[in-house]
Amino acid sequence: MNTSVAIHYWLTQSAERYPAHVAVEEGDTVQRITYADLDALSDCLRDRLIHWGIQRGNRVGIDLTKSVDAVAAIYGILKAGAAYVPVDPNAPASRNAYILNDCHVSAVVVERKFVEELDKELRELGARMPQSVVLDRTGGGDALKQALQQLDASDRAPKSATVDSHKDDLAYILYTSGSTGRPKGVMLSHENGVSFVDWCSETFKPTHEDRFSSHAPFHFDLSILDLHLPIKHGATIVIISHERGREPVGLARLMHERGLTIWYSAPSILTLLAQQGKLDQYDWSRLRSILFAGEVFPIKHFRLLKSLIPHPSYFNLYGPTETNVCTFYRVPVELNAERTEPYPIGRTCSHLQSKIIMDGKEVAPGEEGELCISGAGVMKGYWNQPQQTDDAFFVDESGGRWYRTGDIVVADEQGEFIFRGRRDRMVKRRGYRVELGEIEACLYRHSDVKEAAVVALADVEGVTIHAFVALADGVKPSLIAMKRFCSGQIPLYMIPDRFKFLDRLPKTSTDKIDYQRLKQAAAER
Amino acid sequence: MSEKIESTVKDYILREFLPGEDPAELQDDTPLITGGILDSIATLKLVSFLEEQFGISIAAHEADVDHLNTIGDIARLVQEKRGTKK
Repeated sequence: MNTSVAIHYWLTQSAERYPAHVAVEEGDTVQRITYADLDALSDCLRDRLIHWGIQRGNRVGIDLTKSVDAVAAIYGILKAGAAYVPVDPNAPASRNAYILNDCHVSAVVVERKFVEELDKELRELGARMPQSVVLDRTGGGDALKQALQQLDASDRAPKSATVDSHKDDLAYILYTSGSTGRPKGVMLSHENGVSFVDWCSETFKPTHEDRFSSHAPFHFDLSILDLHLPIKHGATIVIISHERGREPVGLARLMHERGLTIWYSAPSILTLLAQQGKLDQYDWSRLRSILFAGEVFPIKHFRLLKSLIPHPSYFNLYGPTETNVCTFYRVPVELNAERTEPYPIGRTCSHLQSKIIMDGKEVAPGEEGELCISGAGVMKGYWNQPQQTDDAFFVDESGGRWYRTGDIVVADEQGEFIFRGRRDRMVKRRGYRVELGEIEACLYRHSDVKEAAVVALADVEGVTIHAFVALADGVKPSLIAMKRFCSGQIPLYMIPDRFKFLDRLPKTSTDKIDYQRLKQAAAER
Repeated sequence: MSEKIESTVKDYILREFLPGEDPAELQDDTPLITGGILDSIATLKLVSFLEEQFGISIAAHEADVDHLNTIGDIARLVQEKRGTKK
């Protein structure tokens, strides 16, 4: 049973309950806003948007640095009945223009420094800059307030009421990189967001005293938990800037000084913190849960982190943007020292159902297949991509609509799902089926390997496997040593043909290993 | 003569299967097949190279770990074949 029809009703409720409580705090500057002020500021943006004619179902873009202002913008847009479309302020203007044009935003909340480029790129697409709330900067909500006051000075927006959203109304569109090279918009409804956040409440049991990290950028699906779960419970969101989020020493200090109680990020940043954050300097007793998602957490890095911060509950959350988290695994308190495989992705979240499908049929217990998900958290579809939407789902005999995750899993004896790899990362080589993730897991077992990623390219030889490896500082790379190590771990046909040694692997804006760039690099070799 | 075979084979293996590797790392006793450097297809490529380069013929049963696992083994096989050819 969902606790709200729409995501933004939670802000109004928390503002009534905890008006003076800090809703959002910026980790670097310690600028903050209370629930009462956040509610009021988002009301002002709502009034402006409604005055401009924004209606239920419209889309409004956000091109802002992470800040109190950006959180207020998200809620203002939702209160006006529209869906928010956050773009990556660090991405090229051409990409952001593509996204805003693709979903025909009716308005945009944007920082002044992005306007010129964005306008130029929109013109190149034959579009125009939509009605805009332009902020001179971001921080603490003041810039949004000023921008709205300036607009009011020439054209006053009368007070409106928050729009009655329906559960099926679009709440946000998150663009993910598409296989075609063009980003595709994942459409998520209020029901999708609310059912997910309610599941989070049931699982992590937050209170208004919790202090949540907001590490992920707002265009990444991890932000749905970071933002809306604390707001629902009257807790505090601590925003971590893009720059601070990548700098382990300062980040660890911030996590400690700001007294975070719940941390959520991709594993790569936790690895960086464990390796370089000097975590042993601090008392972490306030930190009660560490959640990670987005990619596989190599077990040796996880073990290091747990040795430095042993007491919190650790959760491995799994799921694509299309479902948000759909399975979860609580890591046991005692680690098995022998374990070299990553942890399971666990069991299906209570607001969803799952099936494992191979060749159109559910598999027998213990067999692997593609994980398919149904239920309240599953996206409506891809914006303006009916064919891709159709391809992403299948409908069962009883009319149930199932999203195909593209991930191959198997259930272990306890019924926990184990992630085997991406359907599209399975390649045939010398007649054998090869899962590229298994090669990566092998490379990670090497004590000198910090990071490893493997891509496969079809070529005249059939399939060539390229490995990209970052070694610990001061280790001399040796192809022979690497291949010899692999030969003791995996069959010959799985050993990468080519190795390239890098200082660190390229990352996407969401901190995942950038496989597209690695594929390009492999093709150029 | 044998040294010449070894350096020719070494150059070929470095070029074909270990691009970018420090040549000093590849020794005459470095395991090639058991060390993961040559898989089945790579071994076949090596055999064709040896046959063409040295004008010898290698039987299917010789294209294996017993005869081709190190540069030393390969040089011995080539030497032997050349000896019997004359």
